[in-house]
Amino acid sequence: MRHMKLNPRKAMAIALLGAAWLVHPTGAAWAQTPAAATFSPPDEAAMPTGPFGEAVKLGENIFRNTPKYAPQFTGNTLSCDNCHMNGGRLANSSPMWAAYVAYPAYRAKNKKVNTFGQRLQGCFRFSENGKAPPLDSKVMVALESYSFWLSTNAPTGAKMAGRGYPKLAKPAAAPSYQRGQVVYAQNCSLCHGANGAGAAAHGAVVFPAVWGKDSYNWGAGMSAINNAADFIHANMPLGLAGTLSTQQAWDVAAYIDSQDRPQDPRFSGSVAATRAKFHNNAFSLYGTAVNGHVLGAAAQ
Amino acid sequence: MNRILCGLVIALIAGLGWPQRSVAAPPQASQCAACHGANGMGNQAAGFPALAGLPAPYLRAQLDAFKSKERANATMAGMAAPLTGAEMAALSDYYAALPVAPAPLPPAPPTGPGAALAQRGDWQAGVADGIPSCDSCHGAGGLGVGTQFPRLAGQPAVYLAAQLNGWRDGTRKTGPMGLMAAVARRLTPAQITAVTAYYAALPANPANGAKP
Ligand code: HEC
Ligand code: HEC
Ligand code: HEC
Ligand code: HEC
Repeated sequence: MRHMKLNPRKAMAIALLGAAWLVHPTGAAWAQTPAAATFSPPDEAAMPTGPFGEAVKLGENIFRNTPKYAPQFTGNTLSCDNCHMNGGRLANSSPMWAAYVAYPAYRAKNKKVNTFGQRLQGCFRFSENGKAPPLDSKVMVALESYSFWLSTNAPTGAKMAGRGYPKLAKPAAAPSYQRGQVVYAQNCSLCHGANGAGAAAHGAVVFPAVWGKDSYNWGAGMSAINNAADFIHANMPLGLAGTLSTQQAWDVAAYIDSQDRPQDPRFSGSVAATRAKFHNNAFSLYGTAVNGHVLGAAAQ
Repeated sequence: MNRILCGLVIALIAGLGWPQRSVAAPPQASQCAACHGANGMGNQAAGFPALAGLPAPYLRAQLDAFKSKERANATMAGMAAPLTGAEMAALSDYYAALPVAPAPLPPAPPTGPGAALAQRGDWQAGVADGIPSCDSCHGAGGLGVGTQFPRLAGQPAVYLAAQLNGWRDGTRKTGPMGLMAAVARRLTPAQITAVTAYYAALPANPANGAKP
C-alpha cells in the first residue's frame, strides 16, 4: 500500500519537471518521468544452492564490496553498489536485472556491439579505476551469474521500466560551480567530506569518495555531469532522495565533476587531444579550465 | 598474539575503572554514574544508554538539546538544566574518552528481519521512499562513524526504540539534516522491535574484528 500513494515530494519533483519543460520547450526530450517499475528480482532467500548458487553469491559479494572481493581489478575504494544501490536491485538506480536483458547492444562509447560482459569490463576500467577482468575470469562469471539470477523471468530484450537513472529535465540556468559548492556544503559534505574523500570507520568504507584518488576516473559515466545529475537527483542525499531541486542536482553535479580525479585510462599523453577524442561534449568538463585549473592536467 | 595481549590489558584497565586516555572526571560525573554507570556503560536492565566512547561533539549536542527541550526527556532535562556550557563540554570529553571493554561477537551471526534491515535496508517503497540500511550511516555492526553518526551496538533495546519513536512523534528533533527523523518516520513498529533487538545484541567493541 505504501508505494501507491503519491507523496508530496514526488508531486513536487513532477511539478519541477513540468516547470523546466515550460522554460525549455526544446528540453522535452530530456524530461522523462520515472516509470513505476513492475519487475521484482527474486528474494535473497531464494538464492540457489550448489555450484551455481556459489557463483551467484560470490557475484553479490563482489557487487557489494568490490575492493574486498575483486581487489586485483579494482583501483579505488568504490563498490558497484555505491552507484547501483541495494546490490543492483533498486529500480531507477540502474538495476542489474534491467541491464542484463538489454545486452548485447551497440555502445557509442566504444563504437562496438558490447556483450553484457564487455559492458561490465567498462565499469571496472572507469568507475572502479581498475583493470578489465578477462571475460572468462571467476570475477566476471560470478557477476554475470548474479545479474542473470536477479533478472529471473525478465523478458530478454524488453524495455524494462526502472532501467538506468531517471533522466532529469534540463536545468533552467546553466549548471554553476559556485551554486553547486553551496549545495554540496549543505547537503553532501556531512557524509562525503569537505574534500570529497568520503569516510571510513573500523577499516571499512562507509561513505564513498566523490572525487580524489579513491573515486571514479575521468573516463567513468559519472564524470559526465548529466549522468551525475541523474544519479544524484534520484538517489542522494542518502535517506532524503528526491529533496534536491532539478537545478540543485545539476549544480552539485557540476561541482563534484569539476574536481581532480584519476586520469582517463584512454589518456593519449595530451589533455587537449584526449578531450577532443573522448570528451568533446558539454557534459564533460575534462580538459576545461575551472578556477584557472585545467581538469585532467593534474589527474591523480 | 599481540592483539590478544593488548585486548587483555585494555580489559584489565577498564575493569579497574581507569580511563584509558586520562581525562579527569568532572565533579558531576558521580551523579551521572548513578544511571550511566561508573564505567559509562549504562544500565541494560533500566534502559539507560552507554555514553563511553561516543563522540564528544555528539554528546555535547545532546546535552544542549536536553536543556533546550529539542530532545524532550524529563530526567535528562533536570540533569542538564544546571550545567554550564563549559561543564557540558568537560563531561562530553570525559565520556568520549572512557574506554569500552572488548566483548566477543555472538557465536553465530544474527539473522532475521532485524539483521536484514540493519544490513540491507528496506527498498520496497522504491528509491525515494525506501529505508537505507542502518549500517550505511552507522557503520558495519552499528559501531558509529565520525562525530555525527553514533554507535548503536550494545545500547539497550528499549532505549533505541524510545529514540526511534521520539523522532516519529516529534519529541526528539535533533540531528544533522533531519536524516534520522526521515528514516525513523518510515519504520513500522515491527521493524523497530526487530532492529533494536538486533543492535542491542551486538558488542559495542567487538573483540575479534569489526564486522558481525
Ligand atoms: C561511480 C559510480 C559507479 C560505479 C562504482 C559503478 N557504476 Fe556501473 N554505471 C554507472 C553509471 C553512471 C552508469 C550509466 C552511465 C553510463 O553509461 O556510463 C552505469 C552503467 C552500468 C551498467 C549498464 C546499465 C544499463 O542499463 O545498460 C552496468 C551493467 C553496470 N554499470 C555495472 C556495474 C558494475 C558491475 C560495477 C562494479 C564492478 C559498476 N557498475 C560500478 C556508475 C557506476
Ligand atoms: C547521509 C550520508 C550521505 C549524504 C548526506 C550524501 N550521500 Fe552520497 N552516498 C552516501 C552513501 C552511503 C553512498 C553509497 C550508497 C550505497 O552503497 O548504497 C553514496 C553514494 C554517492 C555517489 C556515488 C558513489 C561515489 O562515491 O561516487 C555520489 C556521486 C554521491 N553519493 C553524491 C552525493 C551528493 C552530490 C550528495 C549531496 C547532494 C550526497 N551524495 C549526499 C551517503 C551520503
Ligand atoms: C536518573 C538517571 C539519569 C541520570 C542521573 C543521568 N542520566 Fe543521562 N540519561 C538518562 C536517560 C533515561 C537517558 C535517555 C533519555 C532519552 O530517552 O531521551 C539519558 C540519556 C543521556 C544522554 C544521551 C545519550 C545518547 O546516546 O544520545 C547523555 C549525553 C546523557 N544522558 C548524559 C548524562 C550526564 C552527563 C549526566 C550527569 C550530569 C546524566 N546523563 C545523568 C538517565 C540519567
Ligand atoms: C541517512 C543516515 C542514517 C541512516 C540510514 C540511519 N541513521 Fe540513525 N542516526 C543518524 C544520525 C545522523 C543520527 C544522530 C542524530 C542526532 O544527532 O541526534 C542517528 C541516530 C540514531 C539513533 C539514536 C542513538 C542514540 O544514542 O541516541 C538511533 C537509535 C538510530 N539512529 C537508529 C537507526 C536505525 C535503527 C536505522 C536503520 C533503520 C538508522 N538509524 C539509519 C543517521 C542515520
